[in-house]
Amino acid sequence: MLSAILLGFIFSIFLVFAGKFFKGKLAVLSSLVPLALFLYFLSFLPRVSGGEVIRQNIEWVPSLGLNLNFALDGLSLLFSLLITGIGFLVFAYTAAYLKGHDYLDRFYGYLGMFMGAMLGLVLSDNLLSMFIFWELTSISSFFLIGFNNTSEASRKSAVLALAITGSGGFLLLAGALLLGGVAGTYSITEMVGLSDSIVQSEYYLWIVILIFGAAFTKSAQFPFHFWLPGAMKAPTPVSTYLHSATMVKAGIYLLLRFTPVLGGEEIWNTTLIIVGGITMFYAAVHTLFRTDLKGVLAYSTISVLGILVFLIGLGTQYALTAAAVYIIVHALYKATLFLVTGIIDHEAGTRDVTRLAGLRKVMLPVAIAGFLAALSSAGMPPFVGFVGKDLVYESTLQMGSWSIVLTIIAIATNILVLYAGFVAGIKPFTGKLPEGLSKVHLPSFLMWLPPVILAVLGLVVGIFPALIDGPLVKPVVDAVGMAGSEVHLKLWHGFNLVLGLSALTLAVGFVLYLTVKPSRSKERGIARLDFIAPLTLITDFGNLFKSFSNWWTRIFQNGFLRNYVSTIILFLVVLVGYSLFTKHDGIPIDFSSFSRMTYYEMIIMGIMFLAVLFVVGARSRLTAVVAMGVVGYAICLMFVIYSAPDLAMTQFSIDTLTVILFVLVLSSLPKYLSISDYRMKAIDGILSISFGVLITLIALEVLSQPVNKEVSNFYADNAYVLAKGKNVVNVILVDFRGVDTLMEISVLTIAAIGVFSLLKLRLRRDDRELKD
Amino acid sequence: MEILLAVMIGTLYAAGIYMILRRSLVKLIIGIILLGNGANLLIFLLGRIAKGAPPIIPEDSKVFLEAYSDPLPQALILTAIVISFGLQSFAIVLVKRAHKVVKTDDLDEMNATDEYS
Repeated sequence: MLSAILLGFIFSIFLVFAGKFFKGKLAVLSSLVPLALFLYFLSFLPRVSGGEVIRQNIEWVPSLGLNLNFALDGLSLLFSLLITGIGFLVFAYTAAYLKGHDYLDRFYGYLGMFMGAMLGLVLSDNLLSMFIFWELTSISSFFLIGFNNTSEASRKSAVLALAITGSGGFLLLAGALLLGGVAGTYSITEMVGLSDSIVQSEYYLWIVILIFGAAFTKSAQFPFHFWLPGAMKAPTPVSTYLHSATMVKAGIYLLLRFTPVLGGEEIWNTTLIIVGGITMFYAAVHTLFRTDLKGVLAYSTISVLGILVFLIGLGTQYALTAAAVYIIVHALYKATLFLVTGIIDHEAGTRDVTRLAGLRKVMLPVAIAGFLAALSSAGMPPFVGFVGKDLVYESTLQMGSWSIVLTIIAIATNILVLYAGFVAGIKPFTGKLPEGLSKVHLPSFLMWLPPVILAVLGLVVGIFPALIDGPLVKPVVDAVGMAGSEVHLKLWHGFNLVLGLSALTLAVGFVLYLTVKPSRSKERGIARLDFIAPLTLITDFGNLFKSFSNWWTRIFQNGFLRNYVSTIILFLVVLVGYSLFTKHDGIPIDFSSFSRMTYYEMIIMGIMFLAVLFVVGARSRLTAVVAMGVVGYAICLMFVIYSAPDLAMTQFSIDTLTVILFVLVLSSLPKYLSISDYRMKAIDGILSISFGVLITLIALEVLSQPVNKEVSNFYADNAYVLAKGKNVVNVILVDFRGVDTLMEISVLTIAAIGVFSLLKLRLRRDDRELKD
Repeated sequence: MEILLAVMIGTLYAAGIYMILRRSLVKLIIGIILLGNGANLLIFLLGRIAKGAPPIIPEDSKVFLEAYSDPLPQALILTAIVISFGLQSFAIVLVKRAHKVVKTDDLDEMNATDEYS
């Protein structure tokens, strides 16, 4: 199973090197990859239908609980078959759709990466690896939406989609960690067994919120739905594959997968019903106002995703069966409609439904596919859509006191979905062919065959629902926690309420289609409400956040050295000072351990103190430099008194050299600036003095602690024994730590080269001009 | 004596930071030098100080016979002094150079990187 997942990634890496061979006629061969995978997963069908769960466990980072555990149960299998099956058709379709495109190989690479990631997502039994694949699908979706990277709208939509689905990914990670913490395992299979304790834990609410956040962003639920219409900027094969059939269903998958773990609670069901209900109705209404075919399809996809969330929220066995069937139904007809739209766009050069008509005369097979898909989306018998819609009504009718409201919403949504399906699948082909479109012709069979296959499949499955109920749907319902369910899909239920509702839906929907025509003015009308649309609100929030971060950065990264320094010093003083004063009752100073003060030392200290004051207060550079020299010499004297002859010598020579260097370049140094006002000086003064006091206190504090002389004693004892030297300081420098000294010499050499070249470097002409 | 030294170290630190906070480049360098001196003295003091006991083994012996002051901080400080000299000399020349090219000594006017390239 791991190799099946990796195949997609290997394929895309392979294209990096061999891409140029796959741009031409060979491009269609790439569809063999998903075909092979489809057959591979199909071969598991008998075993999985028999109730078996196929597992593969590979330890990756066991200490973190991160393992590559894969499990293939009914739910995973359904998704795997959709991913690879529709993948196969889309791969083949793309070969003709983007024929001769410069970056066709790149496109296949992204598609392959997506397919691998999506398979990994639905096969992972480990929550952490599932998260990784989840993010990978977002990333490949980003690349695919932005595939036309010369168009600004494409790039914007890609970023928007990544922002929304990516932040959903963060929520998933947070939810996964929380869930793993509560359950003590990241294995989803084990979590199912721990469901009771998870539901009762105090973090249950947080987990549900986080998982919902991930699912709702990925599956475009209100109010995060707006990235999906934007994602229609991608080439049509991408819209078909990612943004209708597979990736947007990842959120649905997540909800289904966690139904047995987290489901069955009031908060779970109610939230899903409300969010799903709002989404399905809101998006369905939006389809009335669109003229772009892909816009219509995008909103009807959102609407269907809403129906799925709604069904999961209902949570009964009937509803979950309906959800499983609906996933299949929708994948079959919506992919068809998208592919048909792609053909129309490719051949006629427009997707504006107000300008399209009569295309059946020039592309009959495409028209048939569109017609069949539209009828299936309408839920017309004997299509599979009818079976799906029946189940939806049956499950809403079972909901007790709320059944009437829920059923009405479902009916209204279905009417509008029917409308959308008719607009996309039938309207472009009926009526009189406009003059401008008479030259349009049928594309290569690679393009028209895939939608025809899918549409016919929708019809066949509808007539023989037994093809899917036992082998495909029942294992899904079992996998989501309704073990031992009885699933029998039927086309004909006899004359009952559900049939009546279906007939009502069809009748009203048909009337709606005939009376309401898509038009530009309606599109403009709804655009007036854009200022309260979630897209606007979230974009505004993003802009606000951006200006906030700019403001924040301007304050903290303002480019003024002294602001950085004073911030650091201020925090140091406050934090260290605070702990110094709170954690001890004053500093215990043992005066008896200190050495006696002699008068000459006091004089040296006095000189030094005065010299420091001179340095700080000096008005001319020369005074400051000389006073600094005095400070250095005073320190040198302290070294002499306190038994450090080597230090004294070094300090003396270095200090002399520094002063000499200063004086040498003094004439070309800038005049001594004194810009700050008294207020500034006072603030800096207070800050510096408190810092100095802090250092003094720390020094005294450390002096009161015992000292460890182990290392020093080692050097002292071995200086002569091992290194044959009597001056221990010298021995340490040139012998024990000889390599360090070598490094030090290198540093000095580099500094010397730098000094030399800066002094000798002649100004380039432009520098000189700047100087003049 | 230790108290006096500790106060002196505090003074050096305070003066160093104060000079670093000025807007003049030359003052910045002076501040760094003062801060370096303060740090050296701090290490020296914390290694405990002793009079008249340099860490040099007597002529006629292979090991120390009497108390000796700690050689380790001294070795550290010696390195620090030399390295800070490298830093100082480079900084001084760099300031001279920068002043020649950008004709300002005010750090506030030098906070953009691109204008003089």
